Amino acid sequence: MNTIPMSYFLVLSAIMFSLGAIGVITRRNPLVIFMSLELMFNAANLTFVAFSNAFGNANGQIFVFFVMVVAAAEVAVGLALIVAIFRARGSIDIDLMSSMKN
Amino acid sequence: MTVKDFLSLLPHTVLLVWASLLLLVDLFIPKNKKAITAMLAGSGLLITFILVLRQWGGQSLAYHQMVVVDNFAVFLNGLFALTGIVSILIAYDYLNRMSIQKGEYYVLLLFSVSGMMLMASAADLIMVFLALELLSIPLYILSALAIPRSESAEAALKYFILGAFAAGFVLYGTALIFGATQNTALVEIVAKINAGGLDTGLLIVGAGLLLVGFSFKVAAVPFHMWTPDVYQGAPSPVTGFMSIGAKAAGFAALIRVFTLALPSFSAVIAPLFAVMAALTMIVGNVAAVSQSNIKRMLAYSSIAHAGYILMALVPYANPAAAANATASALMYLVVYGLTSLGAWAVISAVEKVDGGDLGVHDYSGLGKRHPWLAAAMTVFMLSFTGVPPLIGFWGKFFLFRTAIEGGYVLLAIIGLLTSLISAWYYLRVIVMMYFRDGEVEASKAITINVAAVGLAVLVLLIGLLPTGLFNLALQALANGMG
Repeated sequence: MNTIPMSYFLVLSAIMFSLGAIGVITRRNPLVIFMSLELMFNAANLTFVAFSNAFGNANGQIFVFFVMVVAAAEVAVGLALIVAIFRARGSIDIDLMSSMKN
Repeated sequence: MTVKDFLSLLPHTVLLVWASLLLLVDLFIPKNKKAITAMLAGSGLLITFILVLRQWGGQSLAYHQMVVVDNFAVFLNGLFALTGIVSILIAYDYLNRMSIQKGEYYVLLLFSVSGMMLMASAADLIMVFLALELLSIPLYILSALAIPRSESAEAALKYFILGAFAAGFVLYGTALIFGATQNTALVEIVAKINAGGLDTGLLIVGAGLLLVGFSFKVAAVPFHMWTPDVYQGAPSPVTGFMSIGAKAAGFAALIRVFTLALPSFSAVIAPLFAVMAALTMIVGNVAAVSQSNIKRMLAYSSIAHAGYILMALVPYANPAAAANATASALMYLVVYGLTSLGAWAVISAVEKVDGGDLGVHDYSGLGKRHPWLAAAMTVFMLSFTGVPPLIGFWGKFFLFRTAIEGGYVLLAIIGLLTSLISAWYYLRVIVMMYFRDGEVEASKAITINVAAVGLAVLVLLIGLLPTGLFNLALQALANGMG
């Protein structure tokens, strides 16, 4: 079962996390930003599961369930926000979100 | 689950159940009688507050070391419950005037307070993450309460994206620490670190990611960019609530995790804290000077105050200075909380339906037309500046003293100089209120005026007995889980 070395998982999750973080910072569409946020969360999930498997205890895998529930709740709120904003102003472009600069 | 477990989380459980029931009850309360919802929510918080106080002096880990009841948690939980009550007083009249009176406001506020309380009681990194989300998600919705006002929508989306971003860092940091120690319970992590032989690389990267995540929550430079927009765009009572609630919860986690579980990394982390504290004080205070919108100005002021509190975390690994330093951080959270809530109460009272009267110059003439509100605002501004004998002065006094005791004289000097800069923009509000004529109108509702004046009286009274508050903060640290 344990044929894949631990470092593979760690490197993969580090890449996923970095891609997610870069995506949040550079992308302009809220939906793509949400996807990047999910990527960051899932990078952490992958790390949890990989370590959990290596240690032979189930803690890490149980945490992943918590994280998935929280992420779902969070995205529900985020999508609701996007819908409300789209209804109010007809666009969800992040670049138009700067009405408060002095 | 034993009875002991259940009792240790009794206040949190009562508040969560109360909030869930209120969500249902609110459906049967007609739109023009939302005062009932507000009162029910307030009494729920009051009951929680009493239950919290009864836990003072006890010390136990519960739910498989997931949560802890100690004086530190009780101290902060009491602060959160009171913040919630005052926020309801401020919000009721404000929501009426803006015609966005909704029962959900009070329910979401209760959920957020329960998240903050869990954060202060968390003894496991996973609990910290869950509490962080439980306090944040309701706040995202509360910020959006004034939609279709475009500022509110903007604030909510920005807060959401950066809040989730920060949560991602906290989670990944937790995963790496789990990888290094095979555990997420703080006591187990401490035991593993003391036993030695761990992969310190993973641990330090994990701790760094946690630091980044929490810094977002407390709005410390360089992770403060979201604060001005969110504070300005969110409805004023919500901003008041998050300015103290979310910040205090972030500091609760910072103090719990770093002073308790990871003191062995102080060589790496303490200089980081010092640089962040200095930058936060400087950037916050300097940027606030040029602001003409009072909400934006107080947002930068809130960043600056986070810097003062961070100063207390710098000597955290030096046992001689750590107790006093952490106690002064706790004290400053109370000081900042009272002052900030009061200032936001006045802002909420003055703000108009169209979002008008938010400029600093709009406060012209407040001294003549609303002497009580103006007097309260004067007290808050002087307390923010740190004028004796108000509590703002004593808060800074204890912070600077511990910084000097810990050997960080330069930090104390930076704090002192930036406080001088801050006098410029705080005193400008007072000058506007008393020495300029204007036609400003503020709310005459009893709740909001009582909240503002009551907080001002507290700021004055506690200022006369500062050592009492400091000793209470010291006691709060006396029986920490260690």
